[in-house]
Amino acid sequence: MAHGHSAQDLMRPAGSAQPAMSVREVSLTLGGPPGRLILDAISFDVRQGEFLSIVGPSGCGKTTLLRLMAGLMPPTSGEITFEGAPVRRPSLSRAIVFQDYTNALLPWRTVSANIALSLEARGVARAERDDRVAALLKKMGLQHAAAQFPGQLSGGMQQRVQIARCLAQQPRIMLMDEPFGALDAITRQGLQDELMALAADEKMTVAFITHDLEEAIYLGDRVFVLAANPGRVVEEIEVGLERPRHQLLTREDPRFLKHRHRLFGLLQGH
Amino acid sequence: MGKLRGLIPPFLLVALWEAAAATGWLTLESLSRPSHILIAGARALMEGSILVATWQTIEAAALGLLIAVAAGVLSGVLIGLSRPLARTVGPTIEGLRPIPAVAFIPLALLYFGYGLPMEGAVVAYGCVWPVLVATASAVRGIEPRLLEVAAALEMSFAAKVWKIILPAAMARINLGVRVAAGFALVVAVTVEIVVNPRGLGYSLILAQQSLRVDLMYAQLIWLSFLGFVLNLALGRIGRASGASERAAQ
Repeated sequence: MAHGHSAQDLMRPAGSAQPAMSVREVSLTLGGPPGRLILDAISFDVRQGEFLSIVGPSGCGKTTLLRLMAGLMPPTSGEITFEGAPVRRPSLSRAIVFQDYTNALLPWRTVSANIALSLEARGVARAERDDRVAALLKKMGLQHAAAQFPGQLSGGMQQRVQIARCLAQQPRIMLMDEPFGALDAITRQGLQDELMALAADEKMTVAFITHDLEEAIYLGDRVFVLAANPGRVVEEIEVGLERPRHQLLTREDPRFLKHRHRLFGLLQGH
Repeated sequence: MGKLRGLIPPFLLVALWEAAAATGWLTLESLSRPSHILIAGARALMEGSILVATWQTIEAAALGLLIAVAAGVLSGVLIGLSRPLARTVGPTIEGLRPIPAVAFIPLALLYFGYGLPMEGAVVAYGCVWPVLVATASAVRGIEPRLLEVAAALEMSFAAKVWKIILPAAMARINLGVRVAAGFALVVAVTVEIVVNPRGLGYSLILAQQSLRVDLMYAQLIWLSFLGFVLNLALGRIGRASGASERAAQ
């Protein structure tokens, strides 16, 4: 095993656990042959307990990448592993927060029943479900909406419901696809802060897709920048801003601005 | 006043009819007269013969409808979920669907003989198509995101159908069931008139053959009343599901 150490292994700090998720040389071609190359040999790790932002222009395949990580579709080549096991299909241990909460929620179920769906799927006993749902309603500030239907709620509230349903899965990673992309600025900032507090509380591992580079920096421990045609990772930054972060102060921090300038140039350049 | 205005034509007609018959101006035997029809109807109700016949017709219509809904929803879900299956059985369905249900009466008679099963089978054949077609197209139209949610939660096929697919398709399945329910009564009475010695259709034939024109009319009016009640009930079910659908939007 003298040559068993890859560059990746050597770069990792001594004593760190294995990555939560590992993406190795993943490519995706759609249509064809010859088809269109959507993602080109993408490799990265999602570290245990980190908040990883993936930012890129529209059409760079970032949503597709998240779908591959979720197991909703297979890559054409390369491999994705989660906790060491290959990802072949979706799993309760990997929660997916979709951008289009309106479509992802069950319109005929109340907020409580939407959250309970995950518990039913996990086979949690009925008696225990009510307590779990009540706790999640409280955590997400949804107590007053418990008996309402998703269609009666604002977009921000609906997205909270979806996040609560994902939390009810007790996932070991949250895969979030532009979850705040359709919300107004004020609601988005509120949810960003709640999500960060939640992630810190639960020591969640999060992969967060966005096209908003400020959001990527503000939320992330690390930020990956994807470029389009074909989708590939062109930059990786360690954000290095201390937590808890603050909507005004963090965004005015010189380090934040430096990251922002750098990423802005990258995104413009393609 | 606006609502009552609609009652003027039938009342006027009945009054004219009665007057024409009473003065001896109208002597056609096939027309009877309103007062006689009323008496015949009241008598049939009181002795219970019309109620027994009604029960027999409803029983057969309901049995057939039940079978049609079960078979139609089940196969509709499978066909709606699987494009290859839809392409495989689609032409067969389109070939079978246009055959009038009553054309199967002779065949059903051979299989089942006279009685409830035979009638139920013919009704079921007639009713299964609107349910199947409505279900299949409803399931095909389900928001794909919902199916991904089912996959993300590792739902079994049964749980996916029960918790996601059927509720999502319910409004449109209901429409198909309503069409089928209206059709069930028509087919049941037709089968009884043509061949099956039971139910309201058979009572109609008996009254005709014994020249009880008054009773025939009474039974016709009773049938239209049944149809009216059925429509009302189905409308209510439709509105209830429509309301929950709207609340959900």
